[in-house]
Amino acid sequence: MSTTVTRDIKNEIAVAFHQSKFDVANDYRKSAFAFFEKTGLPGAKQEEYRFTPLTKNLEKNFDWNTNVSTSSTNSIDEFLIPDLDANILVFVNGIYSTSNSKIISPESEVKFKTLSDAFKSDSATIASYLDKVLTPESDPFAAMNSAFWQEGLFIHVPENTNVAKPVFILHLNDATEGQVISQTKILGIVEKGSQLSVVEKFDSMGSHPVFHNFSEEWIVKEKSHLEYCKIQNDAGKSYQVANTVIHQSDKSLLNTFTLTLNGQLVRNNLSIIIAGDNCESHFYGLYLLSGDTLADNHTVVDHKKPNSFSNEMYKGIMDGNSKGVFNGKIFVRPHAQKTNAFQSNRNILVSDSATVNTKPQLEIWADDVKCSHGCTSGQLDEEALFYLRSRGISATIAKAMLLYAFASEVLAPIQNETLKSYLDNLIAERLHKNF
Amino acid sequence: MLTIKNLQAKVADKQILNGIDLKVNAGEVHAIMGPNGSGKSTLASVLAGREDYEVTHGEVDFQGKNLLELEPEDRAREGIFMAFQYPVEIPGVSTINFMKTALNQIREYRGLQALDAVSFLQLMKEKMKLVEIDQSLLSRSLNEGFSGGEKKRNEIFQMAMLEPKLAILDETDSGLDIDALRIVANGVNTLRNKNNATIVVTHYQRLLEYIVPDYVHVLYKGKIVKSGGKELALELEAKGYDWIKNEVAIA
Repeated sequence: MSTTVTRDIKNEIAVAFHQSKFDVANDYRKSAFAFFEKTGLPGAKQEEYRFTPLTKNLEKNFDWNTNVSTSSTNSIDEFLIPDLDANILVFVNGIYSTSNSKIISPESEVKFKTLSDAFKSDSATIASYLDKVLTPESDPFAAMNSAFWQEGLFIHVPENTNVAKPVFILHLNDATEGQVISQTKILGIVEKGSQLSVVEKFDSMGSHPVFHNFSEEWIVKEKSHLEYCKIQNDAGKSYQVANTVIHQSDKSLLNTFTLTLNGQLVRNNLSIIIAGDNCESHFYGLYLLSGDTLADNHTVVDHKKPNSFSNEMYKGIMDGNSKGVFNGKIFVRPHAQKTNAFQSNRNILVSDSATVNTKPQLEIWADDVKCSHGCTSGQLDEEALFYLRSRGISATIAKAMLLYAFASEVLAPIQNETLKSYLDNLIAERLHKNF
Repeated sequence: MLTIKNLQAKVADKQILNGIDLKVNAGEVHAIMGPNGSGKSTLASVLAGREDYEVTHGEVDFQGKNLLELEPEDRAREGIFMAFQYPVEIPGVSTINFMKTALNQIREYRGLQALDAVSFLQLMKEKMKLVEIDQSLLSRSLNEGFSGGEKKRNEIFQMAMLEPKLAILDETDSGLDIDALRIVANGVNTLRNKNNATIVVTHYQRLLEYIVPDYVHVLYKGKIVKSGGKELALELEAKGYDWIKNEVAIA
């Protein structure tokens, strides 16, 4: 009788954990790891990761016992957004890069600390918030992140402050010299009556595999306003898990935008906890996929209090052998009366071998609410295509025009014009190139 | 300009055109009339290159080219324009951008340089007047939320912009009130000249009071069963299509 030797990745991760020396947060790490050891990585049958074989890919492509790859890249300019007048904070392979970062807002408007430093300088605040809204128990990768995080950011906006310049955070993973496993973490707090705009961009370079396990928590307090934009444009062999939880208090306003363009596998868990009255939350998503990319967006909006409004619009265009996954949960808790919650997910499959799995999940316990959801997936409208062609427009350009029109609707609500036109160009270029 | 010989076509498995012969010369206006289901719109669609229709027999020569071999966009570039019976709503694409792309693709095909923004705007303003259409409407998503009349005016605006050699108006009068009808017809008449031709597909004689045809053809069961001058349209109006049906039955 022969036996197949399978890798025990959980054990390898455990060995890596016990051999690591961490400067801060050892208690957090231990308890998070204890939880991770209990659950392990999600298997193929785990409902939440059913379409997204992350564990299999991690087993196949990563060695947990090698040291972190260093990066010798000198310039990060190509990954920045041209002309975006912003605070720039850069992580390279999970480590904060002081030399590439540039803070322009005064500290009276917004305070930036690496998470390690914040453990020393802002220990009380950290103790009150870190791992509290995104708990290690909520997701195996969140647990792994809480145990392993290499570095992170603490962003704190004081009360009644309008942060004039946006915050641009670049997560660059350089796998030129070898595989990269990076785990980073962000905690952001926007105190009462304040405003902040954040743009996060994920890029990678090099031909070796990259695994980026990213966690972030945003606390949006009373009457404050957060604009949050995530751009995932990783190259070839990159695997990413992004756990994002945003917690809203009374009368706060949230706009989130998630754009996924590239990478081997991207899993986004975005949860909005509406824990206040009269909140407004808009979340938009767009995934333009080609090749073998798999992008999985799991979103949750949890209405815990009455009189709030949430609107979710996610759109996808899948070409090549790409796969899209969308799962949108809406919870309306028993006393969250007068909730308005809307959700739509629309998909276009450009090639015959592209697929999409979309699933709305509404759980409503309150009786006086307005909720709606709709999912569509299909091909381009043939009649519209013929109409454009009958005016002399080539089939290729007609398709690109229709796809661009479909996609660009998602960009419309973005306030910052520089950012909007950058994303608009990114989409236009992408659609013309590939279709 | 256009010579159709024994054209037969089907959609799905249903034979619709059963041998059409038609010759259209530059400077002429031809009306194609006929009862519902006679194949009028099918003829228009086959000429424009709609892919749902399969040509099973016959030839269509357009200025020396085999029209049936051309892609829809190349037919347009060669100078064919069909005004749709049901113009399509396209969210996210403005009429202005649409027309700019179309015009420049046609110019490129003909070896002309792309129009710059100023010349394009000038041309657009001039053509807008023709169909009394407002620029704000053209900045909006193509036909989205337009009234029936606005959609049809937009069709004629596009026709004015692209200056086709052969325009095919597919039931352009359907759903139009009398004012819109007058505006649309006025646009078409202004665009008429000795170098272009128009095929007006219509069920009713009403439109032909405004766009006066040189020839009228009656289509029935996928064939042209009667041709004549503009007085034929009046006769049809007076006697009804049963007159034609009976004549065909007797023959």
